Amino acid sequence: MASHADFKDRQFLAVIGDEDSVTGLLLAGIGHVTTGADAQKNFLVVDNKTDNAAIESAFESFTEERKDIGIVLINQHVADRIRHRIDSYTAAFPTVLEIPSKDHPYDPEKDSVLRRVRRLFGE
Amino acid sequence: MSGAADREAVFPTRQSLGLMKAKLKGAETGHNLLKRKSEALTKRFREITKRIDEAKRKMGRVMQIAAFSLAEVTYAVGGDIGYQVQESAKSARFRIRTKQDNVSGVLLPAFESYLTEGNNDFGLTGLGKGGQQVQRCRETYARAVEALVELASLQTAFVILDEVIKVVNRRVNAIEHVIIPRTENTIKYINSELDELDPAADAEMKAKREAQAAQGAKSQSEDTGPSDILAAADEEDVIF
Repeated sequence: MASHADFKDRQFLAVIGDEDSVTGLLLAGIGHVTTGADAQKNFLVVDNKTDNAAIESAFESFTEERKDIGIVLINQHVADRIRHRIDSYTAAFPTVLEIPSKDHPYDPEKDSVLRRVRRLFGE
Repeated sequence: MSGAADREAVFPTRQSLGLMKAKLKGAETGHNLLKRKSEALTKRFREITKRIDEAKRKMGRVMQIAAFSLAEVTYAVGGDIGYQVQESAKSARFRIRTKQDNVSGVLLPAFESYLTEGNNDFGLTGLGKGGQQVQRCRETYARAVEALVELASLQTAFVILDEVIKVVNRRVNAIEHVIIPRTENTIKYINSELDELDPAADAEMKAKREAQAAQGAKSQSEDTGPSDILAAADEEDVIF
């Protein structure tokens, strides 16, 4: 597997979510801004005004372009907005994890991985 | 895929029969091994899916508690700290590293979280008031992220195992339903061809042997002939 070689340098988490989730996770200390001219943040705050294209491009940059991210956390209601991208994402690295947010309780039915689990066991 | 049509293109010789037999044996051994591998992986896979299910539910609870502690902070600080936190994030304190776990020859990566020492981006957050709440909130969220990291390792293992199991099962099925029947067909074909050749050769040999045997018997009867004649002559003498 090609991804085995490069996952050693994946040491950050990235987060796409609403303001509260992002704030909380940043408080835990996962926030990282790369040094240099093109400072890249590893988090994106999504609110009602953020359009889906911005979410998609952030998701793509976290999952495909950046090689230092091991886990992408994404709020479930945000994931719903780019559901087709999440569902078609099957790579092992980085891992995409859907997390609940304060206003949107967690719904296991929508989770792409849990749905795969269900499908595999024929439920 | 039925009957004698599905076989390998070989000449029906004793040598290729030997080769085919070795191949069949190899295929059967390989099939057994792969099947065992697939079973071991599937067992692990089921364990992981069960743990994912549990971990996802746990995550729901943990995140709820974390969100509540953030609400406490907002209340204590008396304003939104989101902007301040986002601006002061510089270098990650909470990082992950990966280690590998070997399950029947499949490398499963697992994430492990660790804290880097001596960097604190949010030293000033909550300095005015609510410092305690901020501290508590950070700890709560750190625990939540640990749970998330654990879940992420399970999920990675799930994705990789899923892929590997598919490949292994495909191989097992290919050996079981294509390679073994085909090799068996080839062996059958070679045997039948050899049998067809053999009777011809055998018959020739048999005829030769019989001819020789007949000749031998004839000469033997000639040898014993005179004594018989003598005996008969004796009897004639007695009558005469």
